[in-house]
Amino acid sequence: MHTAVQRYTLNILLALVCLGLVLAAYWDLLDSYVLTVLMFMGINIIFAASLNLVNGYMGEFSCGHGGFMCVGAYVGSVLSVICFSSNKILGAALLPSTLAPWIFPLILLASGFSAALFGLLVALPSFRTRGDYLAIITIAANYIIISLVENIDIIGGPRGLSGMKRTMNAMRDVADIPWMLIWVMIGTLVSLTLLRRLVSSTYGKGIRAICQNEVAAEIMGVNTDRVKIVAFMLSSALAGVAGALYAHVFGYVNAQAFNILKSTEGMVMVYLGGMGSLSGSVIAAMVFTLLVEGLRFGIPALDSLLHAAHVLPADVVLSQIWKWVFIPLLLILLMQFRPEGIMGNRELWDLFPRLKRWIRFR
Amino acid sequence: MALLAVHNLTQRFGGLQALTDFNISIADREFVGLIGPNGAGKTTVFNLVSGFYEPTEGSITFDGVPTRGLKPHSVTALGIARTFQNIRLWNNMSVLDNIRLARHHWLGYSLWDALLRTRRFGDAEAGVDKTSWEMLELMELEAYAGEFPKNLPYGLQRRVELARALSVKPRLLLLDEPAAGLNSADVDGLIRVVDWIYSEFGISIWMIEHQMKVVMALCERIVVLNFGRIIAEGSPGQIQADPGVIGAYLGDGML
Amino acid sequence: MELIIQHLVNALQWGSFYALIALGYTLVYGVLALINFAHGDIFMVGAYIAFFVSTMLLGAAGFGLSSFQALVLTIPLTMILTSCVGVTLERIAYRPLRRKGAHRLYVVITALMCGLVLENGNLALLGASRRTLPEMLDKVVYNIGGIAVTNLKIGVIFTALLVFVVLQHIVTRTRMGMAMRAVSWDKFALPLMGVALDRVIVFTFMMGSGIAGLGGVLFAMSYPVLDPYMGVMVGWKAFIAAVVGGIGDIRGAFVGGFLLAFVEIMVTAFLPSTFRDLFAFAILLLILWQRPTGLFGVSQTTKI
Repeated sequence: MHTAVQRYTLNILLALVCLGLVLAAYWDLLDSYVLTVLMFMGINIIFAASLNLVNGYMGEFSCGHGGFMCVGAYVGSVLSVICFSSNKILGAALLPSTLAPWIFPLILLASGFSAALFGLLVALPSFRTRGDYLAIITIAANYIIISLVENIDIIGGPRGLSGMKRTMNAMRDVADIPWMLIWVMIGTLVSLTLLRRLVSSTYGKGIRAICQNEVAAEIMGVNTDRVKIVAFMLSSALAGVAGALYAHVFGYVNAQAFNILKSTEGMVMVYLGGMGSLSGSVIAAMVFTLLVEGLRFGIPALDSLLHAAHVLPADVVLSQIWKWVFIPLLLILLMQFRPEGIMGNRELWDLFPRLKRWIRFR
Repeated sequence: MALLAVHNLTQRFGGLQALTDFNISIADREFVGLIGPNGAGKTTVFNLVSGFYEPTEGSITFDGVPTRGLKPHSVTALGIARTFQNIRLWNNMSVLDNIRLARHHWLGYSLWDALLRTRRFGDAEAGVDKTSWEMLELMELEAYAGEFPKNLPYGLQRRVELARALSVKPRLLLLDEPAAGLNSADVDGLIRVVDWIYSEFGISIWMIEHQMKVVMALCERIVVLNFGRIIAEGSPGQIQADPGVIGAYLGDGML
Repeated sequence: MELIIQHLVNALQWGSFYALIALGYTLVYGVLALINFAHGDIFMVGAYIAFFVSTMLLGAAGFGLSSFQALVLTIPLTMILTSCVGVTLERIAYRPLRRKGAHRLYVVITALMCGLVLENGNLALLGASRRTLPEMLDKVVYNIGGIAVTNLKIGVIFTALLVFVVLQHIVTRTRMGMAMRAVSWDKFALPLMGVALDRVIVFTFMMGSGIAGLGGVLFAMSYPVLDPYMGVMVGWKAFIAAVVGGIGDIRGAFVGGFLLAFVEIMVTAFLPSTFRDLFAFAILLLILWQRPTGLFGVSQTTKI
């Protein structure tokens, strides 16, 4: 039965999984830590996939993706605080809390839009220079954005900004469902769909043409400047949305959370997954999130194991700092074994062509 | 009126005068050759015409439109397509995608159409698909539609590049040494294909080529360049007999 | 006026640190086109090695050296040990990837990861307690027309200049230096010319890391409290300095380093120090905007 139903099997399955998670959260079957990890995974997927558009598909080397996440996080937080919470500096709540579920998606859009504007900071220099010189510009942009935020005292400066919990509470007052989980899921799925639609269209393949031979692209009629603007702006817009979601999941933002280390995490996920592979980025983001969270428990377990085996002296404790030794080491090893990332530049359905029969993703 | 009119074109790179007072006028449906020793400035002429360089002096007019200040993609949009001396295909994209991408400028839908998958997007993509397959069939490449160009033999890569240039639906096709790197059997095939393109598509072709066999078989008029200056112009017969041209190729000592 | 000159002297000192680190980036980049993002952490490792070497020389182990003798021994020992660290990274992490023909950026990411391993490994092994470098140089303050300059500052600036001169000589006058320039020109022709590529690469890493080690000693002498993350910020900034100067060019690394330090010191002199990064990076962006390949960089033209 090669019917429409069969072709949507995996889509339906995915929808059911999402629904299942939401219900599980609703009935308090998931503990809040697991829930946070799930949401964090979604945010990382958006972050990695959006960076892949620039670093993977377009072949640029953007090292400052965290900066755009920062813009989105702060714009989202400020709007959210202005609208729904009373704050000494930003004034009383502007809107009644019953509007929160309707306004929140608009806040996400606004965050994406403003991050896209900051994307121009990188897109415009990319007309004239590329490669490692552009990499510097992105690093500098990352620093500039963070420094800018830290110098604006009205939004908390280096102390950070909080108050977004109000918005989430406002949403919960309207209907008691796991709102943030739903928003993160929607954000992730919409982001992936948009990226997939762009890169699979002839218009978006211009991005890959720039990567493979920019001269040929320009001379065969691809408006490379415009395509670059589109790629950089969409990429930073999605990072901005990821930032706004992040800010609301945690209820607190601090500019230093989006410094060059955050950008590094993004690059790790992109190159681990494979340049120019959306499914690679998704897998890498999941693996990375699970690795980071899993080691939180793995390290104490390893510690007691080593002590039980008398490998470690009794007075030495394997601390959580080892996490950030193990993770990079593991990644170094992974790169040695798969020097083109988990997926290379293929998608999951290129490796398993039969998958195409079960999924509709365009 | 001439299709392409180049007037007093001069190009300097720093202290190097690569091209001096170059004039040419190419009519509709004309096949012109551009020959000259290595480093004579032939590719510079093509780079100027296709908008890759901005000329130091002089003007280029295509179909009455001055091209100074236009980016290469806009020049292509006017109807000038080209191939490259060293093949420049997008090597990690299928041959079909290579052909489709040449329609980038004429897609007729916006970013939002692509993201929202509007009806306009669907129609436009279907149209591009159809014309691209037609082009593949015309150039007898449909068997390789799914292959990556890097995996194809050299002669086929040349043909893919030709097909890609033709997908732009140009009125003037610039061929930069299309026979470079081909063996003699492939060269004969190339002559046939280019000749067929010339009559089938009804376009003007301007070709840089070193192999006299190709030039003499195809060109109606030949321009000879040496040290950035035109030293001769005329029919193949005239050029073959021109002592200045022979001197430029063989060195003055031979005269 | 005196204040400005005082700032200028400070800028020269900071510029020396930036320049010494930027050199390592530039040398490796010039040869391999690889951004060795672990380099800032190699600088940090250099400072720690200096700490261990100097405490051992001065400590209870009882070599009975005077502090000046210890200094004279610490500097070369640190440089040698640090270059061993750099070469080890090259051998175990970068070279296998290069052999496998991995995409250039995968090597860059590996370098980033190596940096993380170095700094966090340091923190995990040595703990969070800060180490302090023993004092090896008696501080002398010279007062020249109202400007206070310590002997250490003068030493730092002169060492940087000396390194510059020596390096220029090596790169332009010696066989190895010529081989280094040749690698950056054409990696494939080199083995055909009878030059062992790997030897050139190892030599490059040795020099770059050795100079970073020297920078580490001098930095630790100027700011004796060590921190596992001390190389991160300085490293990124030195990299930016190298690019602004024109990455791959030794003069560029120096000019870029001093320029960055100058801008930073001047911004902090006239504005709240929180604006330092903002202005410094904005100015660097403007420079790159105007000269997309840096001050000394040669613009690459695409030939078609």
